[in-house]
Amino acid sequence: MYLYDDFDKTLVDERVNEFRDQVKRRLSGELTEEEFKSLRLMNGVYLQLHAYMLRIAIPYGTLSSEQMRMLAHVARRYDRNYGHFTTRQNIQFNWIKLDELPDAMADLASVKMHAMQTSGNCIRNITTDQWAGVAPDEIEDARVWGEILRQWSTLHPEFSFLPRKFKIAITAASHDRAAVKVHDIGLRLHKNGAGEAGFEVMVGGGLGRTAFIGKTIRPFLPKRDLLSYVEAILRVYNQFGRRDNIYKARIKILVHEIGAEAFGREVEAEWEKIKDGALALDPKAIAEIASRFRYPDYERLADEPAELKAGLAADARFDTWFKNSVWRHKVPGYAIVTLSLKPEGGPPGDATAEQMDAIADLADRYSANEIRVGHEQNLVLPHVRQRDLPELWRALDSIGVATPNVNLVSDIISCPGLDYCALANTRSIPVAQELTRRFRDLDLARGLGRLHINISGCINACGHHHVGHIGILGVEKNGEEYFQLTIGGRADEKAEVGALLGPAVPYDDVVDTVEDIVAAYLELRERPDELFIDTVKRIGVEPFQERVYATR
Amino acid sequence: MTSPLQQKLKINGPVMVTANRLGDGAVIYRTAAGEWTTEIAAAAIATTADHAKTLLAAATADYVRAVDPYVAPVEFTADRRVLPGNLREKIRFAGPTIALPGA
Ligand code: SF4
Repeated sequence: MYLYDDFDKTLVDERVNEFRDQVKRRLSGELTEEEFKSLRLMNGVYLQLHAYMLRIAIPYGTLSSEQMRMLAHVARRYDRNYGHFTTRQNIQFNWIKLDELPDAMADLASVKMHAMQTSGNCIRNITTDQWAGVAPDEIEDARVWGEILRQWSTLHPEFSFLPRKFKIAITAASHDRAAVKVHDIGLRLHKNGAGEAGFEVMVGGGLGRTAFIGKTIRPFLPKRDLLSYVEAILRVYNQFGRRDNIYKARIKILVHEIGAEAFGREVEAEWEKIKDGALALDPKAIAEIASRFRYPDYERLADEPAELKAGLAADARFDTWFKNSVWRHKVPGYAIVTLSLKPEGGPPGDATAEQMDAIADLADRYSANEIRVGHEQNLVLPHVRQRDLPELWRALDSIGVATPNVNLVSDIISCPGLDYCALANTRSIPVAQELTRRFRDLDLARGLGRLHINISGCINACGHHHVGHIGILGVEKNGEEYFQLTIGGRADEKAEVGALLGPAVPYDDVVDTVEDIVAAYLELRERPDELFIDTVKRIGVEPFQERVYATR
Repeated sequence: MTSPLQQKLKINGPVMVTANRLGDGAVIYRTAAGEWTTEIAAAAIATTADHAKTLLAAATADYVRAVDPYVAPVEFTADRRVLPGNLREKIRFAGPTIALPGA
């Protein structure tokens, strides 16, 4: 966990008081909607189809059990008893009343949570690997850098009114779980030939109307220079980014238009001027922030303890879940456990207040009071003793978060779509729900291997459809819901934007079409262990097109 | 911002004016008496662009009660009951098409 200081607390408290006053003035008519809108958006308050929505930041995806309990409280007291975990390590409540929002925010502030910079043209919540700090394949805890960037970017006066929103993600592991290549800035912490750690800096990635994979403008940036370099990027963007056309305002368009090399040169020139200034990071300051991340006092334990072996031998369901949802931990005798928020027929990423409370209790008992949120809309218990796994699994199973489908076909990423979102063309949740029912056979799903389906209800791509192995995008045709399908996208270290499969299909056909794509894959794969994404890479889109559209 | 009265408004068929209620965001419809209602049956229906513009202008001026009013299509059932005229309005009227998890 990270220990926030009094500065953070005062900042968050002041913001709540300010917002309370703004809401009062809006309700009395002193402020028009035009005047109020930017103020509420600065506090993560959107107006959706049926109600206000509050988006709360979960910096670098780390939650304490106390914070999770507070989210349950907010769900229960101010909302309709559930919340929605998003693809950017945020949580959204969909039914909050405007006059109760300041109270909800004050309650959240009591556990140092807030909704600042979850909306608007500013630097948004910094995201990272949900396994940071415990992943065996990482070189260090990426959250330290997330926190350094959070402190630097919070209410940064120069970057509060950027041409457009700005998203930064960091990974420090060899496998990218944070989708850094589809962010405005992606940072990959790695070691150079001399064994020193530094950042590969990528810019101009992003989804939405025009999808791009980030381009590397600096293969290795020493740690001390992180803030000055990122500041230089933001300055170049702030100066040259387009403000005249919302569709061309993201940094990806600028990088694409002038080219990554030219963009990089501008950044380097700007950086030269500031690199040795106040933003140069001194090792003491880094160490100070790192020291605020507290790790549990791990016991000296061995891997595969007798309790675990006995549990695996005794219960095939536990064995299945273990193979799917449990991962190796940095520390022997411990495990990383993913909690699937993708039950059959459920809306992806939703958790009820009861589930949140129960998960908080389980985190207290089994995971050193800590929970993580991943961009795939699942939760993680990061510090579980392997010997506790059988007991923990029974508890998770009883609250419906132990579906062993992590990374399988029914582990669908989905945006809220037209059931909530005012910008949507089509619904996405019911499509996801129907897919989870169609692919309810988990034996079949395991036979398919890793297969990510991502769904967005419009081109804004909150459901990351471009980088789904199978991507589904809602479009409107003559007032009807249609869906475009793409295949071959991926969000990891080999990130790619998916290729269009063919003409859009109507709502009633979309699940059948996905089933046909999966059937085509089974027919086309070279071996049972060739993953869907590798088959598409090897043979391209056409063989899929032929099969899927042959009968349509 | 251009006044709604100056905005071009083309309508193909009957329309109503709808918005979200300021306090809780609930879906509301403008009535002929210049009130707001959550009952679609009580919505004022316009069949000409001029009438729709007048309704919208009055609704927009009422910014203390309503947020972002706009003109939306309606349909009639055989017995002349008013129904929302497109999928978006149907979902706004009836709520999400999915079972809510916390219920
Ligand atoms: S992708 Fe579109 S429909 Fe989905 S949440 Fe984002 S804006 Fe709304």
